[in-house]
Amino acid sequence: MSVTIPRRQIRSPLFYRLHRYGVEALCLALGFLLAVWSLAPLYNMWKIALETHEGIFGGSIWLADPSFEAFRVVITQDFWYLERFWHQFGNSFIVGLSVTFLTLGIASLASFTVGRMRLRNGWMLTNAALMTYVIPASFLAIPIYRIMNIYGLGNHLSSVILALTTFATPYAIFIFSQYGKSIPMELDESARIDGANPLQIYYRIYLPLMAPALVAVGTYALLLAWNEYLYNFLLLSTPQSMTVAVALAQFLNSDESPWNFMMATAIIYALPPIILYYGFRRYMAAGLTMGGVKG
Amino acid sequence: MSVTQQALAVGRATVASRTRRHAWFGGLHGADYIWAIAFALPYIAIFLFFVIYPIAFGIWMGSDIALYEQLYSDPRYLTAVLNTILYVVIGVNLKMFLAFMLSGFFFRKGWWVKGLMVIFILPWATPALPAYMSIHWFLNGQWGMLNNILYELFGIDGPVYLNEHWSGLASNIAAYIWKTLPFWTVILLAGRMAVPQELYEAAAVDGASRLGKFAHVTLPLMANLYLVCVLLDMVFALGDFNSTFFVSGGGPAMSTEVLATLGIRYAFTVALPNLGVATVMSALPVLIPLVIILMRRLRPSEGQL
Repeated sequence: MSVTIPRRQIRSPLFYRLHRYGVEALCLALGFLLAVWSLAPLYNMWKIALETHEGIFGGSIWLADPSFEAFRVVITQDFWYLERFWHQFGNSFIVGLSVTFLTLGIASLASFTVGRMRLRNGWMLTNAALMTYVIPASFLAIPIYRIMNIYGLGNHLSSVILALTTFATPYAIFIFSQYGKSIPMELDESARIDGANPLQIYYRIYLPLMAPALVAVGTYALLLAWNEYLYNFLLLSTPQSMTVAVALAQFLNSDESPWNFMMATAIIYALPPIILYYGFRRYMAAGLTMGGVKG
Repeated sequence: MSVTQQALAVGRATVASRTRRHAWFGGLHGADYIWAIAFALPYIAIFLFFVIYPIAFGIWMGSDIALYEQLYSDPRYLTAVLNTILYVVIGVNLKMFLAFMLSGFFFRKGWWVKGLMVIFILPWATPALPAYMSIHWFLNGQWGMLNNILYELFGIDGPVYLNEHWSGLASNIAAYIWKTLPFWTVILLAGRMAVPQELYEAAAVDGASRLGKFAHVTLPLMANLYLVCVLLDMVFALGDFNSTFFVSGGGPAMSTEVLATLGIRYAFTVALPNLGVATVMSALPVLIPLVIILMRRLRPSEGQL
């Protein structure tokens, strides 16, 4: 009885070199396709924004004669949709910052009480947060709209702030409790022996040590609030209370469609979150997560 | 990213539960207990006022059986159900498969792969509203960039994508994939990176081929993460409002609406809020099992966050 030993086929070095080049070429081709796929709609946005009004309907792929006219119009609020552009920009900032700080405060307190103080039945809080995380926000839009009117918050920024905080806290609680596990319990205990009360432990030990998680979650909450559309649209309808997202979508109601103005507005609206995202990507990866934005 | 942490935590949960830490001196007493309650109160208040109350309110609004009879005889609703199913099933699974493949691609080393990642992540970093608006004009039949490119390169007049049911729906799905593919690729990439290198070495020692390593190391270890990602994205896709609303606008003649957009349209354009709630609530038979499975899978370990 003979035993056959499986033997690797040995090929010439040239084969391996060609094979490697072939693989590399295929990868480059795939990479090129990916870059085109990712950039095409964004290029389209810039092209329309930099086009003159006539150029939009020219049918050319490349930008013949870039003009910053549309950006000038947006920045100087020189169009009737954009009369309060900077005010609305400010509204977006207020909403974003409020949601960020409310989320950080509420979620860090909740994770402290469940993860560190071990509140009895704290698991109910965990489950409540998880459930909120997996319920689509758009499914609750209609009742929340009605409820905000019952609370008397219609057309007030606080309605959007509260609604978006509700949807940002569950993820924040989740990340905080994950991160909190890396902080030794002994710190809390020694602080208690020294006579610190829970508030002091939270404020002087828990929060400073949670700094990386706070930054990551803060970025997440700010991006969520800035990028959100549906709740902004439903809850804020007067030009005074609108945020940029709502003002931007208003262009779609127009028949004469000043596309270049619309795209210039869109770019100005999209730049802060993009910069924030890239600015904190590395930090967040080092801290705990690589991006931290809910889909 | 959120889901990486969660999904990776699923695997670690069993390990973590074995090393339970002791509570503060064996439980809370007196003033500490009051502090703990006080710290939990803000979240409890948010949850009661803005989650429980709206859910109860919604159930009350959509509790009339007649609403569902009305929906069942409404062809636009039936189309929206079909669209939602296609959107969720095709959109999520196609994207997750692509993301899984691409995570292998980005696992390669090399400076240009890293640089490409920075570009590749851009659709995710861009807010949904401007991105989908741009795609809407990109696909415009007359002046859109895509048809201009097709004309320049091949001399053909492309179709009017957003003026027909199936191509409109496909456009919405493609836009959703474009926007969220980077996110899931990064998560699956993190999952690949978490696979211990020793396992591949051990497999190599046992004579496994590349395919063998993929089939017997990568696939089994990634299966759980992949499943969680699919389920989670199904929930996200089910509730996705922006891509349909901004890319096709639900048109032509409301033929590309999904449940999330149709509900909002009934409630705010047609001013039938109860019908809108009923439209959304008709997704509950699918949503509730998904939510229960996800809650069980994402929960890090018993009793602790």
